[in-house]
Amino acid sequence: MADLIINPFSSGTRLRDMIRSIRACKTAAEERAVVRKECAAIRAAISENDHDYRHRNLAKLMFIHMLGYPTHFGQMECLKAIASAGFPEKRIGYLGLMLLLDERQEVLMLVTNSLKQDLNHSNQYIVGIALCALGNICSAEMARDLAPEVERLFQSRDPNIRKKAALCSVRIIKKVPDLAENFMSPAAVLLKEKHHGALISGVQLCTELCKVSEEALDYLRKKRTEGVVKILKDVVNSPYQPEYDIAGITDPFLHIRLLRLLRVLGQGDADASDYMNDILAQVATKTETNKNAGNAILYECVETIMSIEDNSGLRVLAINILGRFLSNRDNNIRYVALNMLMRAIAVDAQAVQRHRATILECVKDSDASIRKRALELVYLLVNDSNVKPLTKELIDYLEVSDQDFKGDLSAKICSIVEKFSLEKIWYIDQMLKVLSEAGNFVKDDVWHALIVVISNASDLHGYTVRSLYRAFQTSGEQESLVRVTVWCIGEYGEMLVNNMGMLDKEEPITVTESDAVDVLETAIKRHTSDITTRAMTLVALLKLSSRFPSCSQRVNDIIVEHKGNFVLELQQRSIEFNNIIERHQNIRSILLERMPVLDETTYNGRKAGSLHTTAQASTGSSISLPNGDVKPTAAPLVDLLDLSSDDTPAPSSSGVDPLQDLLGVDLTSTPSLSGSSKAPVDSLLDLLSIGTTSVQNDSSKLDVLSASNSSTQSANPLDMLSSLSSSLATPVSAPGSSAPMMDLLDGLSLIAPKTDTVTFTSPGLSETNGSVYPSITAFKSSSLKMEFSFSKQPGNPQTTLIHATFSNMSSNNYTNFIFQAAVPQFVQLHLDPASSNTLPANGKGSIKQNLKVTNTQQGQKNLAMRVRIAYKVNDKDMLEQGQINNFPPGL
Amino acid sequence: MIHFVLLISRQGKVRLTKWYSPYSQKERTKVIRELSGVILNRGPKLCNFVEWRGQKVVYKRYASLYFCMCIDQEDNELEVLEIIHHFVEILDRYFGSVCELDLIFNFHKAYYILDELLIAGELQESSKKTVARLIAAQDSLVETAKEEASSISNIIAHATK
Repeated sequence: MADLIINPFSSGTRLRDMIRSIRACKTAAEERAVVRKECAAIRAAISENDHDYRHRNLAKLMFIHMLGYPTHFGQMECLKAIASAGFPEKRIGYLGLMLLLDERQEVLMLVTNSLKQDLNHSNQYIVGIALCALGNICSAEMARDLAPEVERLFQSRDPNIRKKAALCSVRIIKKVPDLAENFMSPAAVLLKEKHHGALISGVQLCTELCKVSEEALDYLRKKRTEGVVKILKDVVNSPYQPEYDIAGITDPFLHIRLLRLLRVLGQGDADASDYMNDILAQVATKTETNKNAGNAILYECVETIMSIEDNSGLRVLAINILGRFLSNRDNNIRYVALNMLMRAIAVDAQAVQRHRATILECVKDSDASIRKRALELVYLLVNDSNVKPLTKELIDYLEVSDQDFKGDLSAKICSIVEKFSLEKIWYIDQMLKVLSEAGNFVKDDVWHALIVVISNASDLHGYTVRSLYRAFQTSGEQESLVRVTVWCIGEYGEMLVNNMGMLDKEEPITVTESDAVDVLETAIKRHTSDITTRAMTLVALLKLSSRFPSCSQRVNDIIVEHKGNFVLELQQRSIEFNNIIERHQNIRSILLERMPVLDETTYNGRKAGSLHTTAQASTGSSISLPNGDVKPTAAPLVDLLDLSSDDTPAPSSSGVDPLQDLLGVDLTSTPSLSGSSKAPVDSLLDLLSIGTTSVQNDSSKLDVLSASNSSTQSANPLDMLSSLSSSLATPVSAPGSSAPMMDLLDGLSLIAPKTDTVTFTSPGLSETNGSVYPSITAFKSSSLKMEFSFSKQPGNPQTTLIHATFSNMSSNNYTNFIFQAAVPQFVQLHLDPASSNTLPANGKGSIKQNLKVTNTQQGQKNLAMRVRIAYKVNDKDMLEQGQINNFPPGL
Repeated sequence: MIHFVLLISRQGKVRLTKWYSPYSQKERTKVIRELSGVILNRGPKLCNFVEWRGQKVVYKRYASLYFCMCIDQEDNELEVLEIIHHFVEILDRYFGSVCELDLIFNFHKAYYILDELLIAGELQESSKKTVARLIAAQDSLVETAKEEASSISNIIAHATK
């Protein structure tokens, strides 16, 4: 229009025409052609430095940008437009700036100067658009540079400038929290505004200030709480104002922002919370709820009530509102109710439990957002008393739920079942149900954990394998169910066939050996089976070939079929297994013995982070430990000690030495013990008994020890000591040392390996990974020095390898050198054997010993360790001990 | 705070995007693609909230256009619905019964209005009248400048340059 009059020979099209021609395009290729042509024209105009069409070209570029085409070549044009004098150019320039650039582009720095000038401009609208642009895209540097200008604009006579300056400051203090104090007093002044826009912006700035600055929070809380309450009172009680009215409420936006500020002020401050009680009660009771605006206010009000200091009356009111929300027919209201109940659960779990039935219904809603919320909430609601019915409900629903919800749902069910597994049989039953319904959706660690539990539940092997066999018949398409079934048939196939270990509630089934092989054949031939499943099946088949000699030929045939498999892993397995079956009959049965019981502690250790794992929660896990199978020896000891401290629910009396807690669970087979050990020496005994049994891995010792211990409460403990000393891994040097040892043990777990009994070596532990932590002298006395150097294993930040080096500073040789260490409960410690037990005099040699510590609270707590070093000098016992607190931080 | 505002047509065409948190061009395209997939496929009776990447997207459909705003977990979803409606009402007043075509051909006007409503992802004005007044004042400023530029004397000056 105007542009055309200026230059009738212009080749450029108008914005409107360009949009039309783009919209007229039938195909994407056509559209690209039009855009390319336009972009070429714009580039040409840019290179000619065409002023007259800059305005229009920028608008076109923005449209093209919105379609998703690259427009970086126009960025400088925005800056030029901003730098020009007229309002129209500046307006489009700033718009382009906000649209085409983001705060991370360096071009943005070039605009700082223009912004500064515009913020000082005499025209209020130019100031306004500059503030808007700054508020929307400013970076930290720009925030620093321009904060004084923005601060000055709080004094502007135009309330519209003041409100923009306030919101601009919100962004500035988010980017640079240090600047918060500059805005404190202008923000407080804005709270007196009558203009709603300025007031709303001021309230938001105050809220943001409270979040970034403790000082501002203090100030506003002390000086302004009453003021804010008064503003809210005024707006709640204000007469009808058409300009601000929404659904009969004056300015709900202001309501909500004031409630939010009150929440920040009241949180953690009883006085401030008291001030606002009345007005909150008024808002909660008087607000109209038949429109969204009213509900939005109520929702905000409930959240404020939940967050401020306790007032039971208000909380009842709030919970009732949520109850009403929950039964509302509007999905939006139900969604926010669920959302808020999740926060309310921390405040009043009982009240939320009352709505359990309704919440459970929401899990089955047709709306994915509501389902997801409700599921999260149900997860929080589960406790020991309701876990069974809730799990049943959820599993029942799993059968009919949408495919895309099954993943989330089954993950949550598994997590609940693991967390609250009451007994193993229940756990196994529930997991089988989940796997039968959603075996294709569960993560690998779920079925891994299940196999570990099954392996440890020796009395349930038969039951489990039969249940799996049944489940496989109906749900053979669920991958992880197939895997668990295949594994269990491989291990416990004979129990399936012989109906061994029948439980009372079980119905007997008749399965022949060839039926069992059928299952495996189906599994390996199923076209949906992946490599893992097929590989597992091959192993299971091999195992069956030894268990069921009659089927050996058939098994061999199935295995042979896979000799030509394209997957290397499968091909290799089949060829090797085929060889075992055909050529190594004599060793086959030994080779294919049942798997040793999988070690729950190591497995759980690897699942670091998840505290409530199945094995720990299930009772009797430690009983199955000393079962004579091949077991890692010293390693679980550490876990064991730690595990026990987690699990024993504070025994008999409160004054009991924590050490006993520590030890209680390991001795579950001797329940009389925990009551009997009151004397310090007894505890020492306990400790040693553990050391012994675990290190030597001999369950009989435990029984001997505990039996004698419980029967001789009043006997002289020293006698016992001496009678036991032969079986003790750690020589107890002198009776007198038991007392200091107790000190040493107080609240700590102690590990004392003995060089010759510990055959466990940790391969790869001594490798160096270029230690990033400085070495320390951990202990030094006149006669002995101990140095620690540190290294980390990649991928395991919590675990530190400590290489300890001992040197002898005296002129006598030390013999029978034993180093012991104790760590707080949040740390797990594993000691490797020492390189020697003699330490030559005058620092001519050293003993090296590796320690592995796992700090489960890495980053929150620093390592600490108490050490005790015993040795003999000229046949005389020596003992040195100390505490190490100078570990490098962050280990 | 509001992280971004999106206007998407029922066919998935983007009609307006405004980003208050930093997203690179690549991320922006991805966000738009992901969200339009989720939102356009939701049924009409379902709630207006979608949980997405740890945040929430509140959306509402007006005729053929979906208005979407992305907010933090702890923000008030119901209020955002109200903000969306507020915006729509202002657009409606400005264009006089607004339709999608108005927003296509005058997309920059829609942006100007949004800029009078939100800054830094926060609401700046709860009065529709004030927003309308501010926009009208700025529009007239532009008109005056244009008239000056196209006045006869200017054309002569231009022609003889």
